Amino acid sequence: MLLSANHWISGLAETLAVNDLHSLLLLVAAWMVLGFAGFLRPHSIRFVARFLFPAGAVLCLGVALLAGLFLASGHAPQLVVLPLGLPDLPFHIRLDVLSAFFLLLLGVAGAGISTFAAGYFRSGEGTAPALLGLEYHLFLASMAMVILADDAYLFMVAWETMALSSYFLVTSHHRIPEIRRAGFLYLIMAHVGAVCILLSFGVLQGGSWQFTFDAMRSAHFTPFWATTAFLLALLGFGAKAGLVPMHVWLPEAHPAAPSPVSAMMSGLMLKTAIYGILRISFDLLSIRFWQWGVLLLVLGLFSALFGAIFAAVQTDMKRLLAYSSIENVGLIFAGIGLAILFETSNMHLFAALALTAALVHSLNHALFKSLLFLTTGSVLHATKQRSLGKLGGLIRRMPWVASLALIGTLSIAGLPPLNGFVSEWLLLQSFLFTPQLPHAFLNMLIPLGAAVLALTVALAAYVMVKFYGVIFLGQPREASLVNAHDANWLERLGLIWLAVGCVLIGAFPQLALMASAPVTGKLLGETVRPGSTVWWIAPIAQEQASYSGLILLAGILSVVAITFVCVRLLAHGRIRRTDTWDCGYPWQTSRMQDTAEGFGQPIRHMFGTFFRMERDMPSASDTAPRYRIYIEDRLWRAIYLPISRGVQKLADGIGFLQGGRLSIYLLYSFLTLLGLLVFVL
Amino acid sequence: MAIAIAPLFAGWIAQCRAWLQNRSAPPLLLPYRMLRKLFLKDVALATDASVLFRATPYVLFGTMVLAAAIIPSLVTDLPMARVADSIALVGLFATARVFLSLAAMDIGTAFGTLGARREMMVGFLAEPALLMVLFNAFLLYGSTSLPSLVDGYRTHPSIIDPSVIFAAVAFVMVALAENARIPIDNPSTHLELTMIHEAMLIEYSARHLALVEWASSLKLFNYACIGFALFMPWGIATHGSDGAGALLIAIAALMGKLVIAGAALALIESLSAKLRIFRAPEYLAMAFLLAVLGLLVHLLLGA
Repeated sequence: MLLSANHWISGLAETLAVNDLHSLLLLVAAWMVLGFAGFLRPHSIRFVARFLFPAGAVLCLGVALLAGLFLASGHAPQLVVLPLGLPDLPFHIRLDVLSAFFLLLLGVAGAGISTFAAGYFRSGEGTAPALLGLEYHLFLASMAMVILADDAYLFMVAWETMALSSYFLVTSHHRIPEIRRAGFLYLIMAHVGAVCILLSFGVLQGGSWQFTFDAMRSAHFTPFWATTAFLLALLGFGAKAGLVPMHVWLPEAHPAAPSPVSAMMSGLMLKTAIYGILRISFDLLSIRFWQWGVLLLVLGLFSALFGAIFAAVQTDMKRLLAYSSIENVGLIFAGIGLAILFETSNMHLFAALALTAALVHSLNHALFKSLLFLTTGSVLHATKQRSLGKLGGLIRRMPWVASLALIGTLSIAGLPPLNGFVSEWLLLQSFLFTPQLPHAFLNMLIPLGAAVLALTVALAAYVMVKFYGVIFLGQPREASLVNAHDANWLERLGLIWLAVGCVLIGAFPQLALMASAPVTGKLLGETVRPGSTVWWIAPIAQEQASYSGLILLAGILSVVAITFVCVRLLAHGRIRRTDTWDCGYPWQTSRMQDTAEGFGQPIRHMFGTFFRMERDMPSASDTAPRYRIYIEDRLWRAIYLPISRGVQKLADGIGFLQGGRLSIYLLYSFLTLLGLLVFVL
Repeated sequence: MAIAIAPLFAGWIAQCRAWLQNRSAPPLLLPYRMLRKLFLKDVALATDASVLFRATPYVLFGTMVLAAAIIPSLVTDLPMARVADSIALVGLFATARVFLSLAAMDIGTAFGTLGARREMMVGFLAEPALLMVLFNAFLLYGSTSLPSLVDGYRTHPSIIDPSVIFAAVAFVMVALAENARIPIDNPSTHLELTMIHEAMLIEYSARHLALVEWASSLKLFNYACIGFALFMPWGIATHGSDGAGALLIAIAALMGKLVIAGAALALIESLSAKLRIFRAPEYLAMAFLLAVLGLLVHLLLGA
């Protein structure tokens, strides 16, 4: 059954995808056209939101379809050289399986986000609608171009376009000073990262001064230069992905943006960084060292734990999700690290397993994180509240959003039978083989990483129970929440699309495995088998481990249904509606529920060393007691403030040169000329 | 089968506890009578209860029944056995836990949320330890799927590894914590400030409560069976053994093991005092350390 479907798909692919790349480029160009089309009626939110955004969603679907067909067809990479850009530096564009996988991810999640955005942007978000549409579609197009680029020049152009368009999107509400500050921090970090990537490409050209990726692939490096290029790339892409300690911009910038943009940044833009690190370390560099794997693994696991712990103590729903993104990116990096470790030890099958876990988790994260960011958007529109302390009980007012958010919550918490569990299971499975690594001591320490992973995943469940429970369950904490309205139909459609994706990959993990199989095949020369039958996945061997999302889902649903029918038949269905039991204290209000701060209290207690806390405790005799807690990231003071002070000092020092006297400036020119003469002679 | 036995196991533990504490024991079948009584009662539902609150008992029961169908308590040739390996089983239990915690937060009472918060805390501390135990088993027999573990034990019964002892102790500690047993939580408490599991059930009544209670006893039963499959797989009918005879032996073995395990559990509960909630991390860190020690012992001896 699976085989015949596969055959049919590849047959279709043959006919359709004679030239995938051209059609893909047309779609990307169409995004840009859509962006500029907004200026036909620049102030009509109706035209931009209700017409252009859905059109963009259709284009997303097209991109996903073409990329998926390309993956299924198994074509050789396709190349195009566009005579654009600087003279002598034309744009090289290439579509291979790695780009196709990430384009698939971009298209699938982007379609849901664009549909949602069509319903979400109702009044101007502080920026003219046409401008918003332009920035949004440029952002999409530039992400696609980053993935398709085949020379360093085009890559950097697209990368910068992506950074700038997203910067303008983040600062849509530019009249609020905090948002301007968050945007500025993002811009600085994005550029520090871009400089590192540029330097990395500078090393990778290897003296040939050819900046096409083809030239880089054929260049040979000494271990020192290869490691330099890798470390620079790690710094650059890590800054974009939010790897600790380059994460500071992420919890500021993601919450500041309008929700569909937060979803795009978290769900999609972070994945371009994953793509970049994969492209450089597995494709462009021909040698790898196991130390890189250890570095990635340690950084990844630390980021994951760090993100989960910080997410648990947040009181702003979008900041909570942003920290959770750091956690998920950490897991993906841990998977890539494991893949490098295995690959350098010649255990290609296990490397393929780890890489599959990382790829599938990228796809899953794009789906459920977008879904959750979008639901916060609906909540924000309905209640005008972002703080968890002022929400509650929305499941009664917003049943659609609440039930779809539940799917996202269960997925991101890594619970079977939904998709988050699939990738975490794959990652744990690959950890199981680490004791076979041929490095003494490492093979004993790395299994402990699996414990960190388990802790992180369980903490993520804690965080998501807090997120969902405080927003949607319980009593409304503010009187105004009674007027909250549910999402409109376009928003619902977008949310449903993403939620269906989560359930689908949860029930049919084979789909995700099939999509990532060509990628691992190309990068590592080995693929994991989706399983001998359609029913379950057993990546290494069936005796070892197997998992079937579909049977699990069907099993739970059928047992629930049978139980329900039995209970209905055997027991009477009488229900008496009563008040909540008040433990003999009848003066209970909704303010007496556990707060978001309260829910994070065990984490603050246990992981206190991670935070810098300031607390205002009311004394027993206060007539109007107030409790306030302020939590800060230690790394901010330890790393970023010294750097910023250093830069300030340096700038002051350089400012000394600018004395304001003409004679001194003339002296500078004279000295420079003298120096040059000496240099030339 | 498991559905029917599980309350009996709970009843047996209660009986042993009563004996050990010099009380006159409740009848063995008391849990069944409780369930019957609860099914006959009217549901008193809080006015703000949402669909999630009413659906959760069924979901809990469903996941636990499914888990019981996957765990090889009697035979390893189960039709469902390949559906989930032990890691996925842990995930399945986590699903049940998250649903119960969410339902506890649904009404919005302080106790419900308190219970949810504590339950999730115990959960995230217990999971790494449990995973290390499974890791240990994987190193010994090269599999994480429970039937293969049992078969593996059967084919190499001579493997006696010191790591197994560490892992077994760690597993018992985790199982106690996960099933709301005494060092962490007290199943028979009604003192609101110390409850974890019971605090989450505070708003449930009648048939919903019956399902939740039944699911809890199933969970305990499931944990016991996972423990048997990992550390005492004697008597479980494996692949290729002949039908009825092997099955009878398996049933007898399971009953014997359950009787012993129940008595041991009651003994542990009677001998230890409940820990303060702040001490729970230390307790579970201890379990984690034991599991890691087992792992290191295995690797060092194997090397």
